[in-house]
Amino acid sequence: MKVCYINGSACISAQKTVDSEFLKEVEINTTETVVFAKQPSYTEVIQPSFIRRMAKGVKMGIFTSSIALKEANLEIPDAIITGTGMGCLEDSEKFLKAILDNDEQFLTPTSFIQSTHNTVAGQIALGLQCKGYNFTYVNGAVSFETALIDAKLQIESDEAQSVLVGAVDETAQHIIDLYQLNGTLKKQDDLAFPSSNGIILGEGASFFVLENKQKENSYAILKAITIVNSLEVNELQAFVESFLKSNQIAQHEIDLVILGSNGDLTFDNYYEQISQLFENTPQTYYKHLSGEYYTASGFGLWTAINIMKNQIIPEVVRLNSLVKDNYQTILLYNQYQGKDHSLLVIKKC
Amino acid sequence: MSKKVAITGMGIISSIGTTIEENFQSLLNNKSGISTIENLNTIHKNAIKVGEIKLTNKQLAQQLNLLPENTFSRTSLLGAIAAKEAINKAGIKNINEYKTGFISATSVGGMDLKETYFYDYYVNESNRKYINSHDIGHSTHQIADYIGLKGMVTTVSTACSSAANAIILGARLIQSGQLDRVIVGGTDSLTKFTINGFKTLMILSDTNCMPFDQNRKGLNLGEAAAYLVLESDDIVQNEQKKVLAYVSGFGNANDAFHQTASSENGEGAFLAMQKAFVKANLKPEDIDYINVHGTATLNNDLSEGRAIIRLFENNIPDFSSTKAFTGHTLAAAAAIEAVYSVFAIQHNLVFANLNFKTPMEEFNLIPQTSLKEKSINHVLSNSFGFGGNCSTILFSKK
Repeated sequence: MKVCYINGSACISAQKTVDSEFLKEVEINTTETVVFAKQPSYTEVIQPSFIRRMAKGVKMGIFTSSIALKEANLEIPDAIITGTGMGCLEDSEKFLKAILDNDEQFLTPTSFIQSTHNTVAGQIALGLQCKGYNFTYVNGAVSFETALIDAKLQIESDEAQSVLVGAVDETAQHIIDLYQLNGTLKKQDDLAFPSSNGIILGEGASFFVLENKQKENSYAILKAITIVNSLEVNELQAFVESFLKSNQIAQHEIDLVILGSNGDLTFDNYYEQISQLFENTPQTYYKHLSGEYYTASGFGLWTAINIMKNQIIPEVVRLNSLVKDNYQTILLYNQYQGKDHSLLVIKKC
Repeated sequence: MSKKVAITGMGIISSIGTTIEENFQSLLNNKSGISTIENLNTIHKNAIKVGEIKLTNKQLAQQLNLLPENTFSRTSLLGAIAAKEAINKAGIKNINEYKTGFISATSVGGMDLKETYFYDYYVNESNRKYINSHDIGHSTHQIADYIGLKGMVTTVSTACSSAANAIILGARLIQSGQLDRVIVGGTDSLTKFTINGFKTLMILSDTNCMPFDQNRKGLNLGEAAAYLVLESDDIVQNEQKKVLAYVSGFGNANDAFHQTASSENGEGAFLAMQKAFVKANLKPEDIDYINVHGTATLNNDLSEGRAIIRLFENNIPDFSSTKAFTGHTLAAAAAIEAVYSVFAIQHNLVFANLNFKTPMEEFNLIPQTSLKEKSINHVLSNSFGFGGNCSTILFSKK
């Protein structure tokens, strides 16, 4: 079985994650219920005439995928696999609004064409002229994780030598309104993290190049990953233990635990439980920087591989004060509202 | 392929029947499900023909014994009915007995709820319970919860090829040993969103669709759900299960030509079929029947036809599109056609390509226009979608 190396990555997020040192400058949001991704100048990778027409998600996806490929020094991957929790919301809302506002008349196809959930993967393939395997997963908080499971399987079983795998989600006004109405978002006057109910919504894109060969700039090895649709808090310990055991990893080997804590008090007990299980291990979190969205775990993996590469944990992501001399094995845990749990382990090359 | 992937159960609901038996009977009797819209309120009601399931959401919910306050979208309702039948047909008593997964495909998910309550949510608090049903993965969760499955649950959404890709992922997970059993397929309901979307692309037919006909005018949209239970060799042997057919090969490729249109020479389709043959270690001449994608749009049938000619050359097997029965059921289409491909193998039948009269002028491809009995060992099924997605699955008797 081949080993799955992470050889390139790029991330657009609410933080300065393009063209800057890893989390050197961060902005901690204390005033907004939604944080938007910082949009780079797209001119170096997308034709100006397209920049205006493309939805944010598509642009973020094309941009980060192209940087990730460049980092890995790869032109065309054997496969492109993306995960998105909500798909192309902007175009989907635009088309639906036009249908409703004009009583199904005077419609143009552009936003419908761009609204399908696989638009980003399709557009990347089109741009690269990549005729290989092309998949898109859309399943809440494991959308990106399913893409990783698939990509890892492709590499390990030698179906592909290289896979471009990514996570993209964009915000749009209607869903922000609805999340406010149904209490998904935190209340404007109670934004405390994590001691209030609800989430801070975010958006972003992160892409990774997985390959079966180690390169000079390899970040880490994608060692193991699993997902499950639902769990009770009291089932978590067994979930973690059986995952580690089936991948021949001892609990004490874990040098760092990265939690997907999103500051939602209602479901924070899941993260609490994992935190307690690894109370003697350094722990970090990241959604106070990225905001919560279904593929925010892409931002999580991006922090993980950078910590692995730098061997330093930035102050701003620390959950406890524990440190280690070196970080060989990192475990990531994520869930959303008690559903779509994932565990992921990366190892030092 | 290394490990065999057995199909041990199937479930389906479409415009030609609400069960496996009803669907089979309709195919035998050339009974199309294309009609005028009744359940959905759209101004295009009389301008298009669709493959609609003539049951209301209330009737579907009753069939599932759901409480009236359930938040199931029509997509979830159809999916739950088909998934339940598949599990029963596979004789599964305990859904979590083995490492089990559920991989569903959908393109609209809870869009029917979103378009109904889009503005209503702002004023009417009581309907806000539906908001979480909008994201399409939610429909998969609802179905997984309904069948009591706890395990790997995920959703594929690659437009009209989605269900084929759900089957492909499921087969790969069985082969790699990550799962012992997986329920794969797809579900999509009719929505204003898709009707108007395809309408703007001017590819909806106002008559019954005519796949591979020179005078074809476009597609009929449809709604449906279908699931297959895939099981490993070990389960089949341990439980001495009856195998309906095997998933013997698959291929996925991207046309990389245009966001919605297929390339003229069917490059993506050709590559997908080619990969499937390599995977299955089969040759084109082994194929007894092709269930083509055959949407009856000008673009698809020409592109797919050319790809078939490129691959099969002068030795074209019997082929038909069953979309004149069901309509194009988008993300569910490949699951519906997987069920029909398995029927073909089980009963040694080629189903009719309804409404065909005039061969296309670009090539000499004549679909099978009536039910035909013949020995069938291998069936090839194609599915293509927006975003250049092309998928092929091969089904085999042994």
